[in-house]
Amino acid sequence: MDHLLSLLILTPLAGALVLLLGRGMSNETIKRFSLALTLFLFAVSLLLLTQLSGFESSTEYRFQEIVNWLPEWGISYHLGIDGLSLWLIILSTLLTPISLLGSWSSIEERVREFNIFILILESAMIGVFCALDLFLFYVFWEAMLIPMYFLIGIFGHGRRIYAAVKFFLYTMAGSALMLVAFLVLYRETGSHTFDLPALTRASLDPGLQMWLFLAFALAFAIKVPMFPFHTWLPDAHVEAPTAGSVILAGVMLKMGGYGFLRLAIPLFPVAAQKAAWAIAFLGAIGIVYGALVSLVQPDLKKLVAYSSVSHLGFVMLGIAAFSPMSVVGASYQMLNHGVSTGALFLMVGMLYERRHTRLISEFGGLKNVMPRFAAVFLLVCLSSIAVPGFNGFIGEFLILVGSFTFSPGLVILSTLGVILSAAYILWMVQRVMYGEVTNEKNANLPDLNPREWATLLPLVFLALFMGVFSSLFTPSIEKPVIKIIQDARVRALPPGGQIRLIPMRQAGPAPSADTAKEAQQ
Amino acid sequence: MFAADRIVLWAPWMVVFMPLFGFMVLAFFGGLAKRQGQQQGMMVLATACTFASFFLALLTVKSLLSLPVGDHGLHFAQPTLAEFNWIDVGGLTIPMTLLIDPLSSTMMLVITGIGSLIHLYSIGYMSHDEERVRYFSYLNLFTFFMLVLVTGASLALMFVGWEGVGLCSYLLIGFWFKKKSASDAGKKAFIVNRVGDAGLIIGMALAAAKLGTLSLMELSTGVKTMAIEEFGVFGPLTLISIALFIGACGKSAQIPLHVWLPDAMEGPTPVSALIHAATMVTAGVYMVARLGAVYQHSETAMWLVAAIGGVTAFVAATIAIVQNDIKKVLAYSTVSQLGYMFLACGVGAYGVAVFHLVTHAFFKALMFLGSGSVIHGLSGEQDMRQMGGLRTRMPWTFWTFTAGWLAIIGFPGLSGYFSKEEILMAAFGHNVFLFGLALFTAGLTAFYMSRLYFMTFLGEYRGGLEKKHEDHAGHDAHADHAKADDHSHGHGHGGIHESPAVMLIPLFLLAIGSILAGYIHVPQFVEPAIRVEEALEHISWMPVAAFAVAFAGFWLAYLMYAGPMRELPAKVAAKFAGVKDLLDAKWGFDDAYDSFVRNGVNGVVDVSERVLWKKVDAGWIDGAVNGIAQMTNDFSQGGKLLQNGLVRGSAISILAGAVALLSAILWANS
Repeated sequence: MDHLLSLLILTPLAGALVLLLGRGMSNETIKRFSLALTLFLFAVSLLLLTQLSGFESSTEYRFQEIVNWLPEWGISYHLGIDGLSLWLIILSTLLTPISLLGSWSSIEERVREFNIFILILESAMIGVFCALDLFLFYVFWEAMLIPMYFLIGIFGHGRRIYAAVKFFLYTMAGSALMLVAFLVLYRETGSHTFDLPALTRASLDPGLQMWLFLAFALAFAIKVPMFPFHTWLPDAHVEAPTAGSVILAGVMLKMGGYGFLRLAIPLFPVAAQKAAWAIAFLGAIGIVYGALVSLVQPDLKKLVAYSSVSHLGFVMLGIAAFSPMSVVGASYQMLNHGVSTGALFLMVGMLYERRHTRLISEFGGLKNVMPRFAAVFLLVCLSSIAVPGFNGFIGEFLILVGSFTFSPGLVILSTLGVILSAAYILWMVQRVMYGEVTNEKNANLPDLNPREWATLLPLVFLALFMGVFSSLFTPSIEKPVIKIIQDARVRALPPGGQIRLIPMRQAGPAPSADTAKEAQQ
Repeated sequence: MFAADRIVLWAPWMVVFMPLFGFMVLAFFGGLAKRQGQQQGMMVLATACTFASFFLALLTVKSLLSLPVGDHGLHFAQPTLAEFNWIDVGGLTIPMTLLIDPLSSTMMLVITGIGSLIHLYSIGYMSHDEERVRYFSYLNLFTFFMLVLVTGASLALMFVGWEGVGLCSYLLIGFWFKKKSASDAGKKAFIVNRVGDAGLIIGMALAAAKLGTLSLMELSTGVKTMAIEEFGVFGPLTLISIALFIGACGKSAQIPLHVWLPDAMEGPTPVSALIHAATMVTAGVYMVARLGAVYQHSETAMWLVAAIGGVTAFVAATIAIVQNDIKKVLAYSTVSQLGYMFLACGVGAYGVAVFHLVTHAFFKALMFLGSGSVIHGLSGEQDMRQMGGLRTRMPWTFWTFTAGWLAIIGFPGLSGYFSKEEILMAAFGHNVFLFGLALFTAGLTAFYMSRLYFMTFLGEYRGGLEKKHEDHAGHDAHADHAKADDHSHGHGHGGIHESPAVMLIPLFLLAIGSILAGYIHVPQFVEPAIRVEEALEHISWMPVAAFAVAFAGFWLAYLMYAGPMRELPAKVAAKFAGVKDLLDAKWGFDDAYDSFVRNGVNGVVDVSERVLWKKVDAGWIDGAVNGIAQMTNDFSQGGKLLQNGLVRGSAISILAGAVALLSAILWANS
């Protein structure tokens, strides 16, 4: 149990090595090997939950591992997780086997490379969520880019090279600045360490903080992606193979929000709070903008991609509003988005496999020929538009209610997104599923097969489960979130100032619990 | 377990979960039922679940009333499910708790009682539909969400039901999804409702921020402890009330968010009866009544509620006059009657509003089901100009419909008479103008309902259906129906026929309800739950005035549609062409909505496509990105030799990057 995180990070790498060396393996064997390995990793990641009560009761990092790596430069192999990273790791280990299974029949050439890239990607993603050393974080962060670059560039569709290069340049541009900021931070704090917990205790000149924060914020904003840094996303998604889209949307976009909460805000609390209004504003713009552009997409995958811009706008609004409720809502929304958008991309991929097109106008009346597909698709869409009872609602609700005191105006603007999301999703559902079958090519499409059921059922189940049992997840998220907020507020205070956290019930009347109890007895 | 105080802790949950259980069975195993008999089994199961729910609701209410009385003479219980919180973040806790008090009990009984009858009726009505199992699963799911809506102990739980019923309404309106008009109507209903829902979300956010709670109990008691500056014309309480009222307007089809309800008639008729008459559309009234103690503190909001309600009642009634589709008349009538309920809320008579909600649920469900029976018997005909003379051909439908008709026009002694009169009395005490409007609307109501009644049942049959099945008319037919399957296949093909017993029994029971529901003292029963003192001044001349107006409406309709002056409608229409046009155009709301959709929404779509997507995204942002990339590319032409292979090139750049990184660290370390 001591090296659980290392096990999670290194096992996929070892698996990739096996695939690289095992030249004699057939495609089928390679697929089965990778699937079994990633399923095993999922099971291992569930072991992290054995300490769930610990995550709920204290904010210390658990499963820590520290090994001196380059001691003369203050670099160490420092891993550790709290409730914030816990769920994102499990999301990553869940979505990886699902995306492998989802690509089972669509990737027929260069199967070995495909699986190698996915395994390296998984290792890097888990690494990002575990790293507590800035240098290590940066290594994993960059390591993620390369396999994804190849997944899009080799296994993608028509304009895959353009999309891959765009994806690479965009994210490189952000992370290059972040790297510079790392180095300046390292130099200016004078502590000569890359250790995150140590650095968050250092104090920095507010002017410098702002510059460094902006460098970090740019890297993370591109990743989220936050309007107006989002244009790589639709291209990357449309050209990526299904597995790439699922992992990209499901996990990699979450690195942005995670980066803000883990690095940018704790390291630069003064600057973060000064810039909060701008981030919230861009987040709210992103909600409406993404929804409006989704409305007019002729391509299913682009529609889902732009809807991600809208959903991630909620996440940014929640983070920027910086109340416990809104930040927990944002963190929860990241998980929800991984589940529901992951499922949406899988299903669009299934349609593509059947028809080799993703144009909405090519479909229509599919409910007649694929009733089960249509039913599951509707469920996934309902989760995406945040119907209560599904996971998305909890996230949006917490974000909107939690952000209200920060800015009523932005919350009201954001509720436009609630209306528009129903419009673009239901309009799409109507054009794809309802009516008579008008296109001959759709007349004999097969319904879901057992493999496809296996990829979708866990996600649909989670979408509902997380919508009803949110309180199994949120306490462990809330603990670190409150610490992040309190630390940031305290450190942003002028000397001698006092912190005042406003509890939710402050204005509330005394609940008439007595009378209620009387009635119950 | 069986003591009253125990029963109220588990029985309400059973009430709520029985229909969900039915839904799950049908959703998961409905596909397995291939044969006729199996599918009928599924339908019976779904119906049995709602009946079970109804009996459990009766048990709940009986136990509730035997509990010791709490403060203000209120019986209530808040059963909580397993100490489990649905949401528990940042100090906001939303436990899985129901609020069972006289108000929610009343709603629960209406929903499960009328819901059961409509399930039963649907067994007959949908017997020919291939997808009847899917239909019943949606109907059960709807019942579940509706029960959550009225029993949830917090605004957030209410919202679960609120959106859930909207979802089921979407699914059921668009049930015949192959029809474009049906899926359009479903989508329209959902989106218009979402506009209202956005208001509800804002209202909840405001309430959470200002009062620190979403619990309905705490909101009602909490306002009393609020500082005086929280009130005021546009104080927070007013904003909360108005935001929530926007939600109510969406769900309960009040102007200007009423446009979806007439379109919703695309759904199967029992759905119109259940969702779009008796239950879901009354959710807004329920919410305003439930939060009466909050609304009571905001004169602005109260005034708005009353005005919207009064105007909606009047406008919808005028539109109903010129409709020829039997279901459209009933739809506009529903909008109008809901307006009455809001009017009552707006003048502080919440109990009376709930009273009218109950009586309306009976007589409107009855008339919708009756119209369904007519449509069923006429093989799908909905145009009243193609009806007439059905009195003799469908006697059971006719007699039961008569009860509903008399109830809605306010015939003394029937349910609608009592509730409407109390609304008029309450309005009179507050606002003479709105009272006048409401009284005039009562006359209009009598007119358009009598018109419907005469055109459908009296006179001569004007339609073109062949009459070979005529001898089947009367109640002998359903005896056949029960045992002979071949007869049921005859339905929908042949001539006019009376509906089978499974459809007539609900009509009969609802007719009894429509006659007698007025004798239940609903206002006195629910008032303690609302926590607002209602002193209804009794006005002795009101019964006379109400009856006179109703009679005038009835008499005019009689003259014009059944009596000696049948050419009069055409003459009036010619003489007042302007008014006729205005009413035909539904006061311009549909046009305004359509042009809003065409210009507004298309404008948004157009701007989104041309400006946001193709210009901002593809032009500016990507232009900048590609420009930078191009510059870099030009700049690095010298390094082109390195780019001789995708993988190798990247490997080299990674290496170069690593070298740069190490040197930078050395710098930083120095």
